[in-house]
Amino acid sequence: MKTIADIVLMFLILSNLAFLGISRLKTCIRILALQGLSLGILPFLIHIPAFSYDSVLLAVGSILLRGLIFPYYLEKAMRKADVRHEVEPFIGYSFSILFGMGLLFISAWLGFRLQIPYLLTSRLLVPSSLFTIMTGLFILISRRKALSQVIGYLVMENGIYTLGITLVHEQPFIIELGILLDIFAGVFIMGIMIFHISRAFDHIDIDKLSSLKE
Amino acid sequence: MNGILAILSALIFAPLLPGVINKTKAFFSGKKGPSIFQLYYDILKLIRKGAVYSTTTTFLFKTGPVISLAAMIIVLFLLPLGGQPSILFFPGDYVVLIYFLGLVRFFMILAALDTGSSFEGMGASREAAFSTLCEPVLFVSLAALCKMTGQTSLTGVFSGIDSWIFGNHIPVILLILTAIYIIYLAENARIPVDDPNTHLELTMIHEVMILDHSGPDLAFLLYSGSLKLWIFGSVLSGILAAAIPLSPLTHFAFCIGWLILIGVLTGITESVMARLKLIHIPQLLIAAFSFSVLGILILLEEL
Repeated sequence: MKTIADIVLMFLILSNLAFLGISRLKTCIRILALQGLSLGILPFLIHIPAFSYDSVLLAVGSILLRGLIFPYYLEKAMRKADVRHEVEPFIGYSFSILFGMGLLFISAWLGFRLQIPYLLTSRLLVPSSLFTIMTGLFILISRRKALSQVIGYLVMENGIYTLGITLVHEQPFIIELGILLDIFAGVFIMGIMIFHISRAFDHIDIDKLSSLKE
Repeated sequence: MNGILAILSALIFAPLLPGVINKTKAFFSGKKGPSIFQLYYDILKLIRKGAVYSTTTTFLFKTGPVISLAAMIIVLFLLPLGGQPSILFFPGDYVVLIYFLGLVRFFMILAALDTGSSFEGMGASREAAFSTLCEPVLFVSLAALCKMTGQTSLTGVFSGIDSWIFGNHIPVILLILTAIYIIYLAENARIPVDDPNTHLELTMIHEVMILDHSGPDLAFLLYSGSLKLWIFGSVLSGILAAAIPLSPLTHFAFCIGWLILIGVLTGITESVMARLKLIHIPQLLIAAFSFSVLGILILLEEL
């Protein structure tokens, strides 16, 4: 179990680094879907009574929403808004990856020092979830497209989810389900917004929105 | 005894590896392909010929191939194969190994620049740029292996990895294997980075640097190139062969088997992939670097 959990968390870290280095929007969405699917099986690997009622519910919800519905809506938004395929970052890809490795070190340093009152299956859990949150934040501030910002938001949420299933060990998963519902509504609204931005302005470049205030 | 066996097998069988790779590529493109022993024939043919030297070249041009071959043989003395000690080992010998490979590169670049050809200059500058990104990956990966086994010499590392350590560190080993495999492809001028068959000077990296060499010089370079393939391959096979506990002789045979399998894998990689754009190569190498850094990070966590 520990080895499989480690491999899933390693995939989480590597896919975060991939978000920083990949230029195609569509590939980013695919990786997001894979990340969602792999996070879906995480509750089974971490909790000791592996197949409890709660964890099955959480895994099914997570796989459905994170792995299938979000990516589907994002691709649909991408098609409808007629987005160009590049991510168009403010910061170059290679530098982004190097920056990501810096973030990885910070989150490892933080994560290994954080005292967790529970016995964790894998000590990689806290660092990797912190790293996922930081990567999400970095994508939010460093990418120009509204769609990549939605991706950044979802990555950040994946991180919060990973941290959540680490820390709310004793608590009901109902909190998680609540978060999932919020995110679902969020993506829904963002999809509609992206569609409207692109209808009104012929692009989804959020940089141009700042000219509205004049 | 085993060290001598390892060196002899490297010197004798190294030119087989490019043959294995080419045969796999020929199989994938539905051709018969050159014989698996083609590189032996090429080297024998070139040895018997005379060398032609341009009047602009100096002694540096002639030292390139000689130093290249000599340094590769020294590296073979340091490199254990099959879990047995190599002839020469001391704490920190992997640093020496990496710097001998760096020395080869340095003299290759000097020899290429010495010809005064602008194409060779381009090749040399690319080789220098990409190897700057390759070297740290090798350092970090080997350091991670040292951390994993608690040994500081290559012999200690490769005899230290047993099936127990292997089983406990599968995620890290996967990361390090991927990182070293990418570096193996990059350093040996294989496809995602450089195409050994291309003959357009504008896109070549390694091949363009040896264009002006002829006769025995070229034979030396081809031979040391195959030795380099063997050296990087045996780092990979040394890790892979540790998965199952074996007696020394079967372990050795297992390592050789892995070497040939890695050659086949290289052929498959080359058949299914296209060459990367030059501007994307640094990204690939940085990805390899992040793999190795992640590997060592996970190991540090287990302190």
